[in-house]
Amino acid sequence: MSFWQFLQLNWSELLLLVRQHIVLVFIAILVAVIIGVPTGIALTRYRALRGPVLGLANVMQTIPSLALFGFLIPLPFIGGIGSRTALVALVLYSLLPIIRNTVTGILGVEPSVREAAVAMGMTDGQVLRQVELPLAMGVIVTGIRVATVIAVGVTTIAAAVGAGGLGVYIFRGLRQYDNNLLLAGALSAALLALAADFFLGLVERRFSFEAKRSRSATWKVASVAGAAGVLLLILGGFALWRSGAGPGSSAQARVVIGSKDFTESALLAEILAQMLETRGVSVERRFELGGNLPHEALVGGTLDLYPEYTGTSFTAILHHAPISDPRAVYEQVKQEYANKFKVEVSQPLGFENTFAILVRGEEARRLNLKTISDAAPQAPRWRAGFGQDFMSRADGYPGFSRAYGLKFAEVREMDLSLTYIALSSRQVDLIAGNSTEGRIATLDLVQLIDDRHYFPPYEAVYLVRQDSLARVPALQAVLSKLANGISTEEMRRLNYEIDGNKRDPKEVVKQWIAGKTW
Amino acid sequence: MPQRSTQGTKKSENDLVQFHNVSFSLPGTQIISDLNLTVEQGETLVLLGESGCGKTTTLKLVNRLLTPTSGEVLVEGKPTTSWDPIALRRRIGYVIQEGGLFPHFTIARNVGLVPALSGWEQARTRERVRELLTLVGLDPNRFAERYPRELSGGQRQRVGVARALAADPPLLLLDEPFGALDPLTRASLQREFADLTKRLGKTAILVTHDVREALTLGNRIGLMHKGQLVLLEPPDQFLASGNPQARAYIETLEVAGGNR
Repeated sequence: MSFWQFLQLNWSELLLLVRQHIVLVFIAILVAVIIGVPTGIALTRYRALRGPVLGLANVMQTIPSLALFGFLIPLPFIGGIGSRTALVALVLYSLLPIIRNTVTGILGVEPSVREAAVAMGMTDGQVLRQVELPLAMGVIVTGIRVATVIAVGVTTIAAAVGAGGLGVYIFRGLRQYDNNLLLAGALSAALLALAADFFLGLVERRFSFEAKRSRSATWKVASVAGAAGVLLLILGGFALWRSGAGPGSSAQARVVIGSKDFTESALLAEILAQMLETRGVSVERRFELGGNLPHEALVGGTLDLYPEYTGTSFTAILHHAPISDPRAVYEQVKQEYANKFKVEVSQPLGFENTFAILVRGEEARRLNLKTISDAAPQAPRWRAGFGQDFMSRADGYPGFSRAYGLKFAEVREMDLSLTYIALSSRQVDLIAGNSTEGRIATLDLVQLIDDRHYFPPYEAVYLVRQDSLARVPALQAVLSKLANGISTEEMRRLNYEIDGNKRDPKEVVKQWIAGKTW
Repeated sequence: MPQRSTQGTKKSENDLVQFHNVSFSLPGTQIISDLNLTVEQGETLVLLGESGCGKTTTLKLVNRLLTPTSGEVLVEGKPTTSWDPIALRRRIGYVIQEGGLFPHFTIARNVGLVPALSGWEQARTRERVRELLTLVGLDPNRFAERYPRELSGGQRQRVGVARALAADPPLLLLDEPFGALDPLTRASLQREFADLTKRLGKTAILVTHDVREALTLGNRIGLMHKGQLVLLEPPDQFLASGNPQARAYIETLEVAGGNR
């Protein structure tokens, strides 16, 4: 599919993401200005505060954005998932340039001019409003401009906490190895940043009095500021009204469904969402949440449910050493989740998504490789490619290589979705993929058997809050329908429809549900 | 006149500004020590001295940009510390070097600032601005809507004077108002200023390091040295004084005169 075709097909979604992106940046900058400019003014009045406050703002900006999101998620009121968390982080990032430029701008006003203002009998407020702020406005707007451009960039990461925006395309493009998605997301974000820079540059020139010679310049400044203010209020009000109409307004029949940030998880979430919707339950989708977010959000009450794998819960969340008996893992997870988190574990959906140790088909046939143990002697000549997740988790690379005595010539850590391509194009010789990955068949890859039963079972389940089950009776009905309802082959095919054939997940799910005879 | 000088109470009513044993110090430095001074209604008092002698500080004590460390400064018989600083400053015109004009205001808005702050009606302020620009020799039609940077140094200084006069304050404070101008412009502005204060009956305190300016403009000259008032005399007695600091100034005058 060419980029142009992609745009034609996804035009409306792209516009939606652009709008989300703009609204996020806009509200964040608005709030940052409302907080930052008065703070900057205060710092010019209370010199002793200047060092500590600017230092704090400086530290805020050096925290990597993903880490900041991570800190914010468990916090009450400002945390959780969705646009609120993203906004808090964006505001924190935007504060420094705005505060610093406000301070610099005001302190940069010629001392003789300030003294004249005081000597004319202006009150402190009049000095500020009539002399210091107008003269500092150019510098302050520069700060807002810098903050805005930074915010456009940081907002792409907000997709990781489910806040939407163009990051959705970028993350999805990375996962699905889809250049069209990547390009659409990154190009739009870049264009947004350039546009914001350009327009704020115009505003800045308006405000820097040195550059203008016009007769009614002060009036113009006032009118531009006024118009901008009105626009801010309208858009801000609209955004608030929209968000006010959002979650929580009719808690009774509403279910918030989350998913992790990969295709299969989003698919499983979508399946449940559509089945609930046909039963008249309204659903809010908070898909593609990164890292531990879905779990945190579920326990924190922001999500009602999300799809998970028993092995992941067992090792990554409950911190047990991997064991290989599926039944034992399931039972223990079920019990501990009920006790610790008041979360119900659904019946297994009928397939496993375990780590699949994959090699090229031709290689497997040539060397007659069936199991991982068969491949161990080849390892010293092989390069391996693993996703970040596999490299770091308890049941991942460290234990895996020990269990089979593997010593690779080289181990590369890369994005999971890129490893399939890397393998088939001979960049690497062995990868740890997902067993339900659709591309296993299409790229002619072979899954080696885990003959030492190293990997714990990863049965797909839904994790549902107990209070949600009690609140929405339809949930129980849908969950029992889905018990053992999806086979590994079906899952692989569904995944491939999306990752391989680039079809719309909603359509794929709709079709799949329609084909089912419950 | 004679009976005024004999009656103490009446005298002090006519004295616009009085310094009573005023000292001012910053941590570690004594700027002004034990200053006593009266400024009479209608006179132009010139404070003369080199940089750092405390003359500008003396000026700022009058409109309460600074307050005395000890002693008190009376304006219209009331200590500056008892005045509402805003009300006090609006009764005192202030002119500084280069005019201290607001670069983002038009000339008209600069001149009309104090009337506007005092809540005059727009039409009255506008009329007053035209009147004042004409008074300081600037054509209102040409200059009112310009910005300070579009004017020459001398024109900006005129605007500074016009701004100080705008609300018709009884007292003017001028801090080296003609210091940054070329000699020709300075001489003509000094002449016009002397005419203006005489015509309007304004009381003025002017700070300078230029002894010629002091002699031209002052009814009395106060010579300051290291934070103290060492001499306070009318120009003719200043010239005749035996005070060593005063002699040093007068000698520069004679050298310049000899060259002429």
